[in-house]
Amino acid sequence: MPFIRRLLHGFLVLLAFAVLVTPVRADLTASLARFADDSFTETAKAIEEIAVSGVPTAALILEALGDRRLMLDPATKAVSVRDATGKHLDPSTGRAVPTPPSDLAVVRVTNRLRSQIEAALGTLTLAAADPIKRIQAADAIFKSRDGKTLAALSAAIEKEKDPAARRAFERARAAVVLADDSALVADRRTAIKLLADRGDQDSLALLRGTLLGAKDADFAKAIGIAIDEVEKRQRFRETAQNLWYGLSLGSVLLLAAIGLAITFGVMGVINMAHGELVMIGAYTTFVVQDVLRAVAPGWFDWSLAIAVPLAFLTSGLVGLAIERGVIRFLYGRPLETLLATWGVSLILQQTVRTAFGPTNREVSSPSFMSGAFDVAGVSIAYGRLSIIIFTLVVFALLLLLLKATPLGLQMRAVTQNRRMASAMGIRSSRIDAMTFALGSGIAGIAGVALSQIDNVSPNLGQAYIIDSFMVVVFGGVGNLWGTLVSAFFLGIANKFLEPFAGAVLAKIAILVLLILFIQKRPRGLFALKGRAVEA
Amino acid sequence: MILTLLKDGIDRRAGIFLGAIAGAALVVAILNLGLPASSPLHVPNHVVALLGKYLCYAVLALSLDLVWGYCGILSLGHAAFFALGGYAMGMYLMRQIGTRGVYAHPYLPDFMVFLNWKELPWFWYGFSSFPFAMAMVVLVPGLLAFGFGWLAFRSRVTGVYLSIITQALTYALLLAFFRNDMGLGGNNGLTDFKDILGYPVQAQGTRVALFVASAALLALSFVVARVLVGSTFGKILVAIRDAESRTRFLGYRVERYKLAVFTLSACMAGLAGALYVPQVGIINPSEFAPLNSLEVVVWVALGGRGTLTGAVVGALTVNYARTVITTGFLAPYWLFVLGFVFVLVTILLPKGIVGTLAQYRQAREARRSSKPNGGALPHPAE
Repeated sequence: MPFIRRLLHGFLVLLAFAVLVTPVRADLTASLARFADDSFTETAKAIEEIAVSGVPTAALILEALGDRRLMLDPATKAVSVRDATGKHLDPSTGRAVPTPPSDLAVVRVTNRLRSQIEAALGTLTLAAADPIKRIQAADAIFKSRDGKTLAALSAAIEKEKDPAARRAFERARAAVVLADDSALVADRRTAIKLLADRGDQDSLALLRGTLLGAKDADFAKAIGIAIDEVEKRQRFRETAQNLWYGLSLGSVLLLAAIGLAITFGVMGVINMAHGELVMIGAYTTFVVQDVLRAVAPGWFDWSLAIAVPLAFLTSGLVGLAIERGVIRFLYGRPLETLLATWGVSLILQQTVRTAFGPTNREVSSPSFMSGAFDVAGVSIAYGRLSIIIFTLVVFALLLLLLKATPLGLQMRAVTQNRRMASAMGIRSSRIDAMTFALGSGIAGIAGVALSQIDNVSPNLGQAYIIDSFMVVVFGGVGNLWGTLVSAFFLGIANKFLEPFAGAVLAKIAILVLLILFIQKRPRGLFALKGRAVEA
Repeated sequence: MILTLLKDGIDRRAGIFLGAIAGAALVVAILNLGLPASSPLHVPNHVVALLGKYLCYAVLALSLDLVWGYCGILSLGHAAFFALGGYAMGMYLMRQIGTRGVYAHPYLPDFMVFLNWKELPWFWYGFSSFPFAMAMVVLVPGLLAFGFGWLAFRSRVTGVYLSIITQALTYALLLAFFRNDMGLGGNNGLTDFKDILGYPVQAQGTRVALFVASAALLALSFVVARVLVGSTFGKILVAIRDAESRTRFLGYRVERYKLAVFTLSACMAGLAGALYVPQVGIINPSEFAPLNSLEVVVWVALGGRGTLTGAVVGALTVNYARTVITTGFLAPYWLFVLGFVFVLVTILLPKGIVGTLAQYRQAREARRSSKPNGGALPHPAE
């Protein structure tokens, strides 16, 4: 938001002047008069003069000029600054003046003038108290590469204590030096090194530009090396970004597949309605948000936290109904289960379509999930990070449930040897129902998370069902860790293929690779060994 | 030898079935061509096309019954073979348009002109010839099935795993055919057909001819399937379905039998698709949608798998029901109906309509015969 930042910036400068009791009265009249000429060369001169005048309102005037807020009264040739609230200020004093007549003209600027203004402002703010602002000023100079700022920059570097700001200043100076063909070769070589350290797109553009103009072969070689280095670093950053996107996609896949890993992986039930259970979770989120909006808008940020248990319950109950109503009769007949649950999925889809309409429903994100931050040049969105963390938490809880609770113990017992488990007093049919409800509930939780990144529509589940099965089969049926690894592997592989092949081809490639993989290892990456295999 | 095969394969019931198909085709053709439009018995053109479509679906169902009902291979991607055959036919029909397209380009189909292509892609070569296109109708699905089956059966991917990867196969094809770069019309598919073998596609005579051809294909497919399942080969297929490992231990190369029947079935589906396309006038990627393949499974399941006639009965029943329901006020509830058919058939009617009827008949015959003889005769092998 450069505009808002600039506005804020201008406002702060303004505030400083309001506080100042006795503003230094340097004479700006001559410079201001140049604006009245409405000629770009005169305006350019005026900018230059104001920038070096040392008057406290200089920044105010230049800001206003850049934002088309510097007004000119065509009749009196008086110049005034209009601030964000529409008040008019005297450019020499920074004090408010009575609102002049309405037929004021804006002092016009070109893009070239604008970059001159940026640079001038840069030098002006090099001495700002806030180091962040100083760095911004340095970045402005870096982009403008205005040779006139060199002296101010060098002076600022001498005084600078803050290491980050100092580095920014040095790099800005490097950019200025490098852009200046008449600078000393030794200085320019140092500049190349500094720019290579900075290593972003701007430095790369500057280095490439300089390479085109370089006459000295040795110098050109140095630039070439620097460019290589920057490119290498950028490739690395790209890889890291892809890796991050892949992890993000992988967590989504994992979330969608993790419930399936229970019903299909642990119980061996093919539940084609799994996607619809995810969809029900997403719609639960929608309903929760809708109700909160009407009843308690203040609680809106908590909507997801409320939706998670509700979605677990809703999908879990629907799953329980499916198990008791359909699947119970079909144990041991996987193909029939597949068909019947597909029928259930059609019914659920149509139910939701009838109840909520066929169009996408709006599910909003709570405020803490918007925004992003940078780690080593990789932009990390809070939303995606939240989903990854959430997925891992769900996974850990599920693992804990299976390994450390009596229910989990009974589940494992029933799936490993049903008759023996029954003989030990476990009510196996009840455990079946519980296990299926658990898997379904987790699908519902996945729906809450997916509602944040995907369209909430009756077709939501369809989009995930094939992918989810692929994840479970690839990871190895009956192996939660395998599901984890395969979800992240597939997510990352997909994102790395995308730049070469495009999103659709990448997906096709993954599907074909998976089909081939299943031929090689029909039981997945981490196949169960021993007697359980044929059971 | 073929005659003996036929004599063994076609029993009385199959004969009745074939007669019914031939009779129905004849009656519809006569009622459409022979009667004036004002007559109450006249069959309108669109109904002829609709019935032709049903017959193509019936062939598709038959092809699935062959692999699922007799060999236990539940393919959830059989509509993909159907669609591939359809695309091959569609390409032939596109080339027949010639200069009559919207852009009137001398040889490029409209969508290529629209995409600003200059050359016909290599895989379009030859499709202006009908015999070549017909060969492709059989070869493309057949080769895909052969390649896929060779990989899958050799590494003993069975049961649900196989079902899921066949679904992934059709899903991948769906995504691929949606792309414009594929050179097959993107999501609009191929349409605006004009001629087939020089006759206008929309004409009444052509429609009746296509309908009769569909009926003939159904009859032919039925005979082939019947002979096949009646032969030793068919018995081995059933053995594989019921006890794959045991069959293998008895020395049969299970994967070869599976591969053969899977490929044959895909070719059959391809032919059905080829006759389907000129009758509906369009082929687009939505034919690859996984739901389409699953619907075929429901037809077979409803009619009764492993009966051949059941597949045909199921396809006709479900599609007729669909036409009735989706054109009335019940239209939004079609998916409910389909869903409940899925659930109820698998739970309550696992043998399907034909299978249940046959069971009932056998039980009655057994009761009747047990009275005079006082003992049960061994049931004839199914």
